[in-house]
Amino acid sequence: MSEKKKDELLHDHNHDGIDRRGFLKCMAWAGTGAFCVMKGGVLNSYSLSRLSEISTADMMGELSFVQISDSHMGFNKPANPDVAGTLKAAVDKINALSAAPEFMLHTGDISHLSKPEEFDTVDQILKGAKPKDVFYVPGEHDVLNDDGKQFLERYGKGSKGAGWYSFDKKGTHFMGLVNVMNLKAGGLGTLGHEQLEWMEDDVKHLKHSTPIVVFAHIPLWSVYPEWGWGTEDSAQALAYLKKFGSVTVLNGHIHQTMQKVEGNVTFHTAASTAFPQPQPGKADSPGPMKVPAEQLKAVLGITDVNYVQGQHALAVVDSSLA
Amino acid sequence: MRRSVFIAGLAAALVLGMGLFGTGRKGSVTSAQEKSSTMEVKIDNFSFGPVELTVPVGTMVTWINRDDIPHTVVSTDDSKTFKSKVLDTDEKFSFTFSKAGTYPYFCSIHPKMTGKVIVQ
Repeated sequence: MSEKKKDELLHDHNHDGIDRRGFLKCMAWAGTGAFCVMKGGVLNSYSLSRLSEISTADMMGELSFVQISDSHMGFNKPANPDVAGTLKAAVDKINALSAAPEFMLHTGDISHLSKPEEFDTVDQILKGAKPKDVFYVPGEHDVLNDDGKQFLERYGKGSKGAGWYSFDKKGTHFMGLVNVMNLKAGGLGTLGHEQLEWMEDDVKHLKHSTPIVVFAHIPLWSVYPEWGWGTEDSAQALAYLKKFGSVTVLNGHIHQTMQKVEGNVTFHTAASTAFPQPQPGKADSPGPMKVPAEQLKAVLGITDVNYVQGQHALAVVDSSLA
Repeated sequence: MRRSVFIAGLAAALVLGMGLFGTGRKGSVTSAQEKSSTMEVKIDNFSFGPVELTVPVGTMVTWINRDDIPHTVVSTDDSKTFKSKVLDTDEKFSFTFSKAGTYPYFCSIHPKMTGKVIVQ
């Protein structure tokens, strides 16, 4: 496959097996349909349209999962009058992946108004997805009116505080964080002292080679503070993860895909399955962005993540619902 | 004597009436300083309008959500004076300010949205 040879790693300046330029180039393609995999220290990229030509072994690592976000069940304004339909389309997309992901992460704003029937509808729709395990973290729309009690009852078993927790899958350590509680006027997302202490303790005894995946609703980097798109105490959280060779941060909240690589940390935000939002500063406010109906599915999406044991970075691929 | 008193009284009543009538006319929503008993804050585009509202003691302020996203109105003063439920599009929240003071507030869902009511 000549296309494969063209995109092979050529510049390994940091001797960590990652060609930053190549990786960033690959990440920029991800939004339009590129699939990047680290295998044997080599970063390969494949156009999504040619995925069927690639062997499952080449494509898959030892661990694969899907991130969905911002389903906003209950939203019914012009930007998308059928969020249940687009969530179902996202499930169809997940079920069409050639190798079924093992589980799903939902990075919050499951519901639009924290109503029981909204949560019920999402649960019902996700039951149709092949991956049966779903791990949730709340968005600010999930903790209205009751300080998150309902969210904890439904999705918070085994979690601490407002619903943070960690688990391991095939040697990768996952940490679900809550940064939508106790928001202060004029402020950003916040993790809080108790959660940060838990984080420090949780990773204390892990080997530095353990890949880490952190997932939380509001971005853990300053995407656009003017619109509240950031977390005020995330620097402390990231400091606890500095020793690890591979950290992937998955967020939602901004309803568009965005990537950033900073040292050993790859930040990624997911598209919504409900409605898009404008790019930072490109509108008066971060509200639902109306697009022509026939273009809606192209701006909604899911994120497929693969990990190959022994490699540095997780392969993160966004695909739209179109 | 009675007639002039009567006329004076009538004139006074007219002036008073016109004065009141004039105030009533001016009391539609544009001026934030009017002495009316209810005032409105419109929520739209992730902002409160007007951001700062000055009202006399005893005024009922009504927030109405014209945005296509839900918002809340939560006071941030020490006594947490008022707190609305979640307001979806076209839903309202009212609060009557019976004590003078400054009442900063925000939307607890979108904390960058802040506003202030000054009660004099």
